[in-house]
Amino acid sequence: MFPSVLEFGKTGFGDELARGALSTLLIAASSFIIGLVLGQLGAAAKLYGGPASRFIANIYTTVIRAVPELVLILLLFFAGTKGISALGVAVGYGPVDINGTFAAILVLGFVQGAYATEVIRGAIQAVPVGQIEAARAFGMSGTQVFTRVILPAMLPNAIPGLANLWLVVIKDTALITVTGASAELAQMTKNAAGFTKRYFLFYFVSGCIYLAMTLVSNYFISRLEAYVRRGQPKLA
Amino acid sequence: MDWSWLPKYLPMLLQGLSITIQILVISMVLGLTLAVPIGLVQVTGPKWLSRIAQAYCTVMRGTPLLIQLYLFYYGVGSILATFPELRQSIFWPILREGYFYAILAFALNEAGYAGEIMRGAFLSVPKGELEAARAFGMTPFQVLRRVWLPRALRNVLPTLGGETILTLKSTPLAALVTVVDLFGAADRVRQETYIIYPPLLLVMAIYMILTFIITRAFAVVEKQIPSRR
Repeated sequence: MFPSVLEFGKTGFGDELARGALSTLLIAASSFIIGLVLGQLGAAAKLYGGPASRFIANIYTTVIRAVPELVLILLLFFAGTKGISALGVAVGYGPVDINGTFAAILVLGFVQGAYATEVIRGAIQAVPVGQIEAARAFGMSGTQVFTRVILPAMLPNAIPGLANLWLVVIKDTALITVTGASAELAQMTKNAAGFTKRYFLFYFVSGCIYLAMTLVSNYFISRLEAYVRRGQPKLA
Repeated sequence: MDWSWLPKYLPMLLQGLSITIQILVISMVLGLTLAVPIGLVQVTGPKWLSRIAQAYCTVMRGTPLLIQLYLFYYGVGSILATFPELRQSIFWPILREGYFYAILAFALNEAGYAGEIMRGAFLSVPKGELEAARAFGMTPFQVLRRVWLPRALRNVLPTLGGETILTLKSTPLAALVTVVDLFGAADRVRQETYIIYPPLLLVMAIYMILTFIITRAFAVVEKQIPSRR
């Protein structure tokens, strides 16, 4: 019943798929964190920045969100690996060969950052101005206002959008296969399916693994959402 | 930047642009058509049908489109190829094409996303309007066609605009199953001339223009709808 090509060990591709799934989660998590940092910076630039930083942040979010991820990944992958390699030559280190996984993380993180910027910006803007003014009136410093008032008040608004981005980045990791430079789940599936010629089986199994990641994430997301919304009235 | 390739490859790029638009329009129309019953049964249908629709949306939204596309193109395609009757039939030239599988995958995927949107849209129509329609003696189908569906679509028009842009942005995946769409054409240039950036930057600009046109088009349609806000 259980197809032998899915067994773990030398004869099957089970362990390859498992390693691919781990790699997918690693790439997704790292890109998500990079995206959060970039999003935080982007939102700060858009809300509190001067004309120059606002302009740059606007270009960043407009361009990244209007161009297909596949095109961006290919473009940034070639440009990024070439750029870093050139940088290595410039500082006298010699040409650098970048690890495909590492490049993928940077590229996906850069793309995520544009979407995260909009989510975080919207969430901050949804915090009633009065609350921020009240915090200032108490004599809080900028950092205190952010950590004590803005952050806890914006999280309920930001979590659904950010959760969505997490689900998107898991699925976007599959696009890295176009560069052929990484060993995540989609690439492993492609290798296994091509080797055994059992395309339907492997793409089906791989789809199930992605679905499991999504469903498990959904469970934790709803727990997290309930936590950050504690003490607030229920949504209709 | 080297643009000397452009005159030679321009016809291919334009052809690719037209393929991209075809894929977008056909898969959007099919996807939305499927999404209406998927959304509807979740609101009024029997429980088992509603469960199936829900599961469908979860699966389509929970797996990468790339895997879905490969499952259809390589998976289903290789299974279909084992039937000699089918290979000799008049349908085989279509069933062999990546173009067909790309539209199939995008439409089914879009139906999953839009089905979820339509569910919310049907719920957002005030009950009183449906009751009024029924009180006029309309049959259930008339209620759907004259009141429920138009009102629901109107409510989610902006969301559907965003959905169209998302679908546009997934069309380059078709290039991975041998379709020479806009991105596929740029990729062909890269393979044949080893020029990487200019073609990619050009198609990037075209995708941005297409996104802009879709945004404007939906804004125009939204303006046509009389509303009091």
